[in-house]
Amino acid sequence: MARITLDRLKHAYMREPRAEADWALKQLDLEWEDGGAYALLGPSGCGKTTLLNIISGLLVPSHGRVLFDGKDVSALPPEQRQIAQVFQFPVVYDTMTVYDNLAFPLRNRGVDEATVDKRVREVAAMNDLTAMLDKRARGLTADGKQKISLGRGLVRTDVNAILFDEPLTVIDPHLKFQLRSKLKELHQRVATTMIYVTHDQTEALTFADKVVVMNTGEVMQVGTPEELFDQPRHTFVGHFIGSPGMNVLPCEIAGGSAVVAGCKVATANKAPDASGQTEVGVRPEFVSFASKGIPARVGKVSDAGRFFIVEADCDAGRVRMLLGEGQQVPAGSVHLAFDPKATRIYVDGWLAGREAGA
Amino acid sequence: MSTKTVNQKAWFLVLPVVVLVAFNAIVPLMTVVNYSVQETFGDNLFFWAGLRWFEEVLRSPRFHDALSRQLMFTFTVLAIQIPLGVIIALAMPRKGPGVSVCLVLMAMPLLIPWNVVGAMWNIFGLPEIGLLGKTLNSIGFDYNYTRQPGDAWFTLILMDVWHWTSLVVLLAYAGLVSIPDAYYQAAKIDGASSWAIFRYIQLPKMKRVLTIAVLLRFMDSFNIYTEPSVLTGGGPGNSTTLLSIDLVKIALGQFDLGPAAAMSLIYFLVILLFSWIFYTVMTRDEEN
Amino acid sequence: MRKYSWLIPTVYIIFLMLPIYWLVSMSFKTTNEILGSFTLWPQNPTLENYATIFTDPTWYMGYVNSLIYVSLNTVLSVAVALPAAYAFSRYRFLGDKHLFFWLLTNRMAPAAVFALPFFQLYSAIGIFDTHIAVALAHTLFNVPLAVWILEGFMSGVPKQLDETAYVDGYSFPSFFVKIFVPTISAGIGVAAFFCFMFSWVELLLAKTLTAVAAKPIAATMTKTASSSGYELGLLAAAGTLTIIPGAIVIWFVRNYIAKGFALGRV
Repeated sequence: MARITLDRLKHAYMREPRAEADWALKQLDLEWEDGGAYALLGPSGCGKTTLLNIISGLLVPSHGRVLFDGKDVSALPPEQRQIAQVFQFPVVYDTMTVYDNLAFPLRNRGVDEATVDKRVREVAAMNDLTAMLDKRARGLTADGKQKISLGRGLVRTDVNAILFDEPLTVIDPHLKFQLRSKLKELHQRVATTMIYVTHDQTEALTFADKVVVMNTGEVMQVGTPEELFDQPRHTFVGHFIGSPGMNVLPCEIAGGSAVVAGCKVATANKAPDASGQTEVGVRPEFVSFASKGIPARVGKVSDAGRFFIVEADCDAGRVRMLLGEGQQVPAGSVHLAFDPKATRIYVDGWLAGREAGA
Repeated sequence: MSTKTVNQKAWFLVLPVVVLVAFNAIVPLMTVVNYSVQETFGDNLFFWAGLRWFEEVLRSPRFHDALSRQLMFTFTVLAIQIPLGVIIALAMPRKGPGVSVCLVLMAMPLLIPWNVVGAMWNIFGLPEIGLLGKTLNSIGFDYNYTRQPGDAWFTLILMDVWHWTSLVVLLAYAGLVSIPDAYYQAAKIDGASSWAIFRYIQLPKMKRVLTIAVLLRFMDSFNIYTEPSVLTGGGPGNSTTLLSIDLVKIALGQFDLGPAAAMSLIYFLVILLFSWIFYTVMTRDEEN
Repeated sequence: MRKYSWLIPTVYIIFLMLPIYWLVSMSFKTTNEILGSFTLWPQNPTLENYATIFTDPTWYMGYVNSLIYVSLNTVLSVAVALPAAYAFSRYRFLGDKHLFFWLLTNRMAPAAVFALPFFQLYSAIGIFDTHIAVALAHTLFNVPLAVWILEGFMSGVPKQLDETAYVDGYSFPSFFVKIFVPTISAGIGVAAFFCFMFSWVELLLAKTLTAVAAKPIAATMTKTASSSGYELGLLAAAGTLTIIPGAIVIWFVRNYIAKGFALGRV
């Protein structure tokens, strides 16, 4: 088990990167605590798999260092880093039994058979694989195979971290939830550092203690699920996390305060020197109807089960808001109010200035 | 994989193939069967001979010799070509411009007419003017494939290795490139040795194509005729007279149609039998 | 270890090229040079051998004949194999498995066994010494192969494609020609390559079924080798020329060779 540090890490697949876009990973400085559950969240092509491969050692970063417990491992191959990885498509050794699959990493390291047997049975019990230990791995279902992949990581006592690369992609929807809770449960039991890559916010937010949100090779924000929800540091994070995502409306700055569609809006942060593109972000949860505020017209109303999603158009664009059951949806012209504690100014996408009171 | 629907009208789609192949396979096969049970003294007069020719062929030392030479040839080339082909395929680059170059150059021998292959090796091995023959002799070997049976066998095997190993390489390579990268990555992480990677990842994934390779190489090496007949003509003496060379000698050379036909059928059955054995042994695992 | 692995294919390719080099180099030598001395490359390169081949009809017609029956065979084999492969890949029908196996057994038939009966059969129906005779005879082993390869490729095409097309109002023939065939064009290319290859390299049947009019180049060569004694340069030149069509064909299908093998199934 180890603390993982990424020190001024950068990576480009081409030899001489020139433009910004040539970098698969822009500069990264991260610190992952020993025993934590982390998620790397971002859309396809954002660099999360590249980052994962750099941590596992399948890829040598072009710049910067990877440290495990303060020791530089950037140049070490995967087998010397003591990590385990579960891949998107299940990788099992077809010709072996489930037992032999689980024993494989230990036998390769010359562990004696008595210990192997003990570990394999322990891990099989944890993963609900005991009943099929003698079966050929080939015949198993996708979720069974993923459990074996995970088991091969858990069976070793010396792993620094277990990495997951979108492990639930090929799992049936009704089993996804089951496997996810299993994973969470296992993490609490073994307390190994786990890093989970996904583009699915539900998977990331339910699994991880801390989520790293990435976009176009850049880390947007690192935080607990609550922080990502309550205080997005970038409009991308606000938009990507939450369903529906944060409303982002263009605004003007007058005396450090935001003006949306001609109305002054109170915000949690100030933007003293606003140069560049300025926007206001507010989550649908914090928008309400009011007697005065931003004038808008109510458009589509969709029923999302326990609440309604209301779309309202104002001069600055479309605003989505959530309305609990039993609340009346006014028709026609309305006024919208944003909760000042949850409304923020963003400059060029990034959170402006400092939080009032933070 | 989608499931297939039952549709008897599909027979109309396979009909052209059935007609064509049946015309080519059944009529000549019946001719052979017909000859194999009759005796002729010319003038298109035929007499019922029963199973006499079969008994005669099965008892004849000449057939036994040709068959054992054939088996020896086939198993020798299989024993060389299959492992060699796998080793070469493993060492080949997986991507980059080298792949096309390798594939094209390696496929070359497969597209040379078989008699040209024979003629090429005939010239190549000549002790006075052939590169191989001259080189072997100048470094002290007394090499002459037209006079010494051992040298003839050496040349014959070398020629077949030259001619057909690429087929095994291409098949094994096709199996290898179909393995997703994640398997290699997982094996690295699990600390697997090169041998373990070969044994538990590459070999299982190559199994299907290797089954095809063994079957094709078995059938084709058992059927081989043109190359040895051009290279050695079965000689010196009868030392390289394989089954089909002997068969053609009997049928077209001596016009002993009865024995030749009986031998043809036995020959064909031997191939079917061995192919079936190979097939069942190599696919046994997949059944359960 | 991986660092030096390129050595293995390199050495193997050199081994493959040596006899070919010797043949090509000999084709540029004069008979005197071939028989008189041992030279690693032609000392007085001559095109005489090639000139002989391109001016003598018995020689160059051999190439033309071979190319005609090989092309005929390729077209015929692929054309009949296409619907059959479709049937095997999409439908179950009475006796399908047995039929498939029976087709494959023909791939095992030794040409030597069939040479004489073929001669008699084709003489009886009056097509002896025609291109079509050789093309037909070669379908015996090429049609099963083409069905096998095409079936593999077709099974890789989802059935939804067919269903969508029928829903869109295509009839079976127009769907097959306009949509399905273009979809599996890579498979057709691979199948055609193998048909070309096996028809081009085969000699025993081609020689048995022809006399003059459709005589293949390979047969012309064996005749020269035996009748005119030691015209090795001429023989080498003729041999060199037989390598060229194959080399051209490989170049065109180089990206599909490996794939074709992987998708074929037993």
